[in-house]
Order: sequence, then structure tokens, then C-alpha cells
Amino acid sequence: MSDWKTICKVDDIPVLGSRRVARDGHTAVAVFRNSENKVFALLDRCPHKGGPLSQGIVFGESVACPLHNWTIGLDDGCARAPDAGCTQKFTVKLDGDQVQLSLNELKTLALGEPDVPADTPAQAGAA
Amino acid sequence: MKKMKLVMVGNGMAGVRTLEELLKIAPDLYDITVFGAEPHPNYNRILLSPVLAGEQTLEEIVLNPISWYEENGIKLHLGKKVVDIDRRHRIVRAEDGTEESYDRLLITTGSNPFILPVPGKDLEGVIAYRDIADTNTMIEAATKYKHAVVIGGGLLGLEAANGLMLRGMQVSVVHVAPWLMERQLDETSGGLLRKSLESRGLKFLMGASTQALIGDKGGRVMAVQFKDGTEIPADLVVMAVGIRPNTELAEKIGLHCNRGIVVSDTMQTITDPRIYSVGECAAHRGIAYGLVAPLFEQGKVCATHLAEFGIGRYLGSQTSTKLKVTGIDLFSAGDFMGGEGCEEIVMSDPYGGVYKKLVIKDDQLVGACLYGDTVDGSWYFKLLRDGRKLNDIRDKLMFGESNIGDTGHQGQNKAAAMADSDEVCGCNGVTKGAVCKAIKEKGLFTLEDVRKQTKASASCGSCTGLVEQLLMFTAGGDYSAAPKKKAMCGCTDHSHDEVRQVIRERKLLAIDDVYKAMAWRTPNGCSSCRPAINYYLISTWPKEAKDDPQSRFINERSHANIQRDGTYSVIPRMWGGVTTSDELRRIADAADKYKVPTIKVTGGQRIDLLGVKKEDLVDIWKDIGMPSGHAYAKALRTVKTCVGSEWCRFGTQDSTKLGMDLERAMWRMYAPHKVKFAVSGCPRNCAESGIKDVGIIGVDSGWEMYIAGNGGIKTEVAHFLVKLKTAEEVIEYTGAFCQLYREEGWYLERTVHYVNRVGLDHVKKKILDDAEGRKALWERLQFALDGEPDPWFEFDKAAVDTRQFAPVTAIS
Repeated sequence: MSDWKTICKVDDIPVLGSRRVARDGHTAVAVFRNSENKVFALLDRCPHKGGPLSQGIVFGESVACPLHNWTIGLDDGCARAPDAGCTQKFTVKLDGDQVQLSLNELKTLALGEPDVPADTPAQAGAA
Repeated sequence: MKKMKLVMVGNGMAGVRTLEELLKIAPDLYDITVFGAEPHPNYNRILLSPVLAGEQTLEEIVLNPISWYEENGIKLHLGKKVVDIDRRHRIVRAEDGTEESYDRLLITTGSNPFILPVPGKDLEGVIAYRDIADTNTMIEAATKYKHAVVIGGGLLGLEAANGLMLRGMQVSVVHVAPWLMERQLDETSGGLLRKSLESRGLKFLMGASTQALIGDKGGRVMAVQFKDGTEIPADLVVMAVGIRPNTELAEKIGLHCNRGIVVSDTMQTITDPRIYSVGECAAHRGIAYGLVAPLFEQGKVCATHLAEFGIGRYLGSQTSTKLKVTGIDLFSAGDFMGGEGCEEIVMSDPYGGVYKKLVIKDDQLVGACLYGDTVDGSWYFKLLRDGRKLNDIRDKLMFGESNIGDTGHQGQNKAAAMADSDEVCGCNGVTKGAVCKAIKEKGLFTLEDVRKQTKASASCGSCTGLVEQLLMFTAGGDYSAAPKKKAMCGCTDHSHDEVRQVIRERKLLAIDDVYKAMAWRTPNGCSSCRPAINYYLISTWPKEAKDDPQSRFINERSHANIQRDGTYSVIPRMWGGVTTSDELRRIADAADKYKVPTIKVTGGQRIDLLGVKKEDLVDIWKDIGMPSGHAYAKALRTVKTCVGSEWCRFGTQDSTKLGMDLERAMWRMYAPHKVKFAVSGCPRNCAESGIKDVGIIGVDSGWEMYIAGNGGIKTEVAHFLVKLKTAEEVIEYTGAFCQLYREEGWYLERTVHYVNRVGLDHVKKKILDDAEGRKALWERLQFALDGEPDPWFEFDKAAVDTRQFAPVTAIS
């Protein structure tokens, strides 16, 4: 059986928007579509304080986290300077207009992340 | 392809910053060679004074160590002064015969100290104060000699004097003017400064003109002689009477110089387009800047041209001086001396060591001079730069921006007095220690740098004054040079006003059209400009421009308020804060059904259901069956009311009914920022109308209308606008004011900041003096609101993408 799982059609994701892929008991995966119809997938969890990236504003190849406006790169899942930290990225395969993710990745990557972020002290800058 | 060759003559702060900018945007374009006359890598010249005073070491003030040059493949010639340039063959020649050829040349030779042309100026022990060598000479002299004389009572001279005194010398400062720092201070503040420095042990000779320096037999200076013939002993003389752009080399090779090397807006010399110049040696539009921030701005522009991007022009900077003299706070800007046609407001407390003078001309601030308490310097500088009319704030002007309920940093206004662990920025939890550490380690110089790196002052901004003080103490010298207009964000150089104007004049209806028409640098903007442009489009062209939900912040896309754990809050609208048992029962049932963990009463007299899952939003809205409260939107939030004359024994007017009427007339109104109203039925003002965007207070003979109050970061008391007779008038005037704000306010600018920017007079003119204009405004608002959908129920019409409420697929 193929490892590639069809998630949706490209058009099921709004341009400059995203959708969530729910994973039973674990943090969801967010799939993003930018203005050039490129599709990306990241763990739906900002490296800062766990904000759901799927709810952010997408621009260029970045998404702004809805909680504190960190900019996260869609291609690598990493925060843009001066912020630092990365979230898990997932491989995306486009088969025609079908968006596919690796079932293996979905079932094995970033499962340890708690669904609700732990309360962390105010801000890295205060360290 | 063979790389081009870039040679930089001069290894100072402005030049190296230019290289850093260049390497960021075009790392592989050039082979870079740098000549430095000093045997040191680039260091922070502004911090020589703390080194002299023994507070820092030379190693600590190095900005780019030798390894930085190596890592970036830059060939570095240290201790080699360039003496000639062959422009025809494009060859640079140093004193020792070293030659380098160039395709582009960057001259950053900085400035030289001015040496008084008096007899004895070449004696041993007579120095200027400019570089590490001078500093070392002074440090060494302090171990051997006793008497130091500093000629020049400006910033540099006083810092040198202070440093030498701390190193144990007896120091006299000779100053030709009648008071110290006459270019930054008026007589009173100069006097205060002198008194304070005298109490620390410095001696001053004011109005004294140096005639000669007398040497001993060994050729070392031993005394300073004045025009009146008197002498004082001196084993060390430091000349600090000013600097001149160092144009010796440029003049020698035939570049046009006029108080600096003359450059264009692209920082190219006007004589030779292959040659660029930035820094203290460059004269741009007749000005050679001596402050760090404008020089870095020049570097940025220069780098884009060296990188062959061909964009960006340097248009000059407005500067203020906020100086650190041995721990004394000073700030001055503009025409602080005043004179003919000027008015002055002065606050003087010589015993407490505080003096403030504001100079006003034609109802605008034209100058400020602060001594002892400078926390409001940046605010005054902003008023001065913006040319804002002062009549409505004149009575409060002297007491500063912080006198009206500044929160978030423990009421501190003196950064120096704070401990490292004290919080500077209450929004982002950034301590003084963290800010100072970032400034030192990352080499930050501007407020923007600090905001980016530490987030301090990046949210509400109320600690900006403190952060600026920290910059001053830690990085030294100046920092505040403001661009003449503020760009909307990093995607463009255009301001909010320019974007609005183009949208209106060219009738643009879509975000992409704006980006195209205004040559945006990014394909689809960023999370800061896109929501702004979306708002400008729909507010300028209601019913024509299409709302783009993907350009709205999540709260306005899902019509609920995102919480820290990713759940949402739901706040149904209760007209005027009035509800019924039926509504309460439905809310209670929904709370049970969707297992709402927290139910809270809000400050705006609503009920807040917190912790609702996104998947449940549509169902809970339907079950509750009340209109959207827009508690998540930049829109009319709430109309807070008191019970009014219907029940209250003091009530003079039916405030509850007016509140409900106002809310029904204006709900669904999107605005640059959130908007809150309140209506009180008597002057006891139980609905807190004094801190609302529009606050109405009933009196026996009618209604008083107040605008632009704010209960937030800075508590701002609303301004009285007008007294009206009828409830109908109140609705019209309120609507007209809201529409004016909708049309002129910048995105994310609250009414208080909007009115502060345009002035209360402007609002009065539009709303009170122009009856037809007022009616037209109110009509435009009604037109925009007519048929606006409730996003909780009319999904299609409100462009709500309901796909967002369910996952696209689920993996088990």
C-alpha cells in the first residue's frame, strides 16, 4: 500500500490560507497554500507558545502566528530572525490537483507535543 | 564571472555598517578591501568616553573583530593611511606603498578634530580627543601627571574632563562661550550642568580665550595662557573644540568638496560616479551629519546602490540631541533658544536639578531643552517633527506624555535608576538587563533595532522613552533620527496616508491592484500591511471593494476571539448591555451543551463564553441565537450604559434607550481599530463615558458629547466636543465622528491617537462648523452599514469561509 495519503484537493485550501489535518489525540497538521498555489505542511503549533499556525495570515512563503505574530517560514518551519525556533515540517506531494501527505510521517512525527501548550514564562528576551 | 572590486578607505562605524548592509543583500558581488589608518578593527567611537572613565575596556567596544573581516573574505589593511588615489587607473595607494585597484570606491574617512591655531599646539602633551590612541594617551598621562586642561566645554570636552577626573587628575575646563554646551543648552540649563559638574570636582573657566600653550625645556606643555595674560598649569591639554569633515584625500584627488565630500541622494560623489561616500566626511544636501543613526541610514542606501539594486534614496534626517554627560540627562532639539515671535513654557526646579523649556511658535513646538528629566524627549521630538497644533494640549504639554496614567513599567521614568532585573517593557516582559545586554552584544543603535531584537517597546510603546534612555546609556551618543515620513511596513516606502489617497483617487478595489499601483516589494504583503489595505479598500469603497477574509486577522476571519490555547471566546451582542431571561437561559443551555469552561462578565457589559472549540462555533452561535457582538473585531464593540432615568433616582436622561439606539444604528461598523461607546444618564457618569471613543453624558438640559477617550495603555480622558439637545442629534454627531475616523484614521490607530494626530480643531471644524459636511459623513456611514450582514448567521454575504470550522480530513 502506498504511503501517500490524499488529504484534499488544492482548491479545498483557500489561496493564502490553510486547512487542518486532524490527528487523533495529537497536534494537528496544517496545510497551507500560497498565492503561487504552492502547498506546504507544518505541525499546527508555533515554536513560541504553541499557537495554531493554521489560523495565521499567509504571505509569500511565510505565515504569521495568530498569537504573537512570529513569522514562520512555510518551507522549513523555522521562525524568522530575530525570533528563533522551528516547528516540525511535513513532506507534501502534489499529484495533479491532489494534495498528499506521508501517512508514515503523519503517524510518527511530532507526536510528543502536547495538544495544549504548557504555560511558559513571559518572553525569551527576558532571559 | 570575475567579481568586481570594492575598496573602502576608512574603517569606521558608518563605513563598516555599509559593508554589513551590502553583504546582507549581495554577499558575492565584490572582492572587498578595507584600508584603516588606525591599527584597530571597527570599534564604537561613541564609547571612548566610558573607556576613558574606566567603565569599559577597549575590547568591549570593538564592533567587528578581525575575525569578522576574515569570515566575510574582506582584505584588511590596518594602520595604513591612504595618501593617493589614481582615478584614471582606479588605484588606491597607501603611505607604505600598498596598492589596490577598484571598480567601486567607498570613501569613509570620517572627521578630524579641529586644532586651535595657537602657538604651542604641537607641544608634547597636547592632544585631540578622537580615537583610541588619544584615549590611551590620556589614560597614560593620568598615571604620571596632575594637571589637565580641557579646551572646549561641549559634549566631547566634558566627557574627556570627566574621564580624566575619574582617573585622578585635577581638571580645568576652558570654554570660550558664557555657558557650557551652548549648542545644545540654554543659559539656565547650561548653568545647572556646570553646577552639577563643579560639585563633582571639575573647575571651569568660562568666557576664556586661549592665547598660547607654554612648553617646558623638554618640549612638553606646562601651562595654558589666556588672552588676558593669565596662565594656569597644564601637564596635559585636550583640545575638544569641534570636528571637521576629513576631506583631505578627497580634495587631493579632485572630488568636489564643500564642508564635506558632496554626494547625491544615492550617496555617490557628484564628481565621480564610481566613488561613493558616507559618514561624517560626506555632505548631503549641504549637511555633514555627526550622529550615528543618519549615518547608518546613509549606509543602507549606499549598500543598495553598490549592490546594483538601483533603489532607495537618502533624503536627509531630522535629528535631536539627547546626550549623556557623565550620568546627567540632557535633551535638546530644534530652536531651543527661542527669541522673536516665540513663546516659552519653562519649568525650573534648580534645587531638584530639573529644568524644562519648550519653545512654541505659531501654535507649534519648535524647540525643546530638557535637563534632569528627559523621559518625554522623544514625545516632544515627535510633536516638533509632526508640526502638530498644540492648542488643545498646551496646558498639559509641560507635564509630558507620561503624566496621564502611564502603565506597564512601574511608573519609572529614569532608566539609570532602575535595577537590571526591573521590567522595562511590561507587555513583553523585557527587563532592563535584557535590553542592555542585547544592545551591547548585538551592536544595536536604533529604537527599531531594539524592538526587533528584544521586543521591548514593540507592543504598546509606552516604554519607548525608557528604551531610548537605555540606548543612550549603553550605546552612547544619539540614536534618534527619524525618517521624514513613516512607511506602512517593510514591504513599501509609502505611508498610510499615501496608500489611502491612491485607493481613493484611482478607485482601486482590490489588494493586488494596490500592490501593483504602488510597486510593493513583496508579492502579497505581510501580516501588517494586508489587513490595513483590506480595511482601506472596504471603508473607501463600500459595496464595491470585496472584503478578503484571508487578509484579515484570524479573529475577523472566524468571528470569534482566539485564546492562548487556540480555543475561542464567544460574546453575543446585548444591546446597551440589556438582556432578558430568555437570552440568559439560551446562553446557559449553550454553555452546558458545549462544555464552556469559563463564563465571564466583560467590562463592556456582555457575557463572555471562553474556551469554545472552533468546530463548535457555528453551532453555538445558532443555539444562542443572538447577534454577533463583534468583540473580536476592529469594529464597534459595545455601548456601555447606566440604567438612566427609567429607574435611577438621580437619572436625568434615558441613557439606556439612547445607548441601545446608538448601538442599533452603528453595529457592524468596521473601523481602523476597535470602537467603544458609553452613555451615562447623569454627570455621576456610571457608564464611564470619559474614557470611551465616544462618551455621552446626560444632563438635565440635554446631552454632552465627549470623544477620543481611552481606558487602555495610557488612560486618556475624552475631550468635550459639543452639547446637544436631542437623542437624534447625538446619533448624527456620533455617526459623523465615527465616519471621519473611518475615513482618516490609520489602521490600528485608536480614536485617541487619531485625534492627537489631526488635532481636536480639525474634528471640530468637520463636525461642528460644517453642518452639511457632518450630514454627509453620517449619510456615508449609513450607506456603508445598510444591509451589512451579521457574520454569525449570513455566511455568504459576510464572506465567511465555513470550511475553516472543520478539519479537511482526519487521520486516526
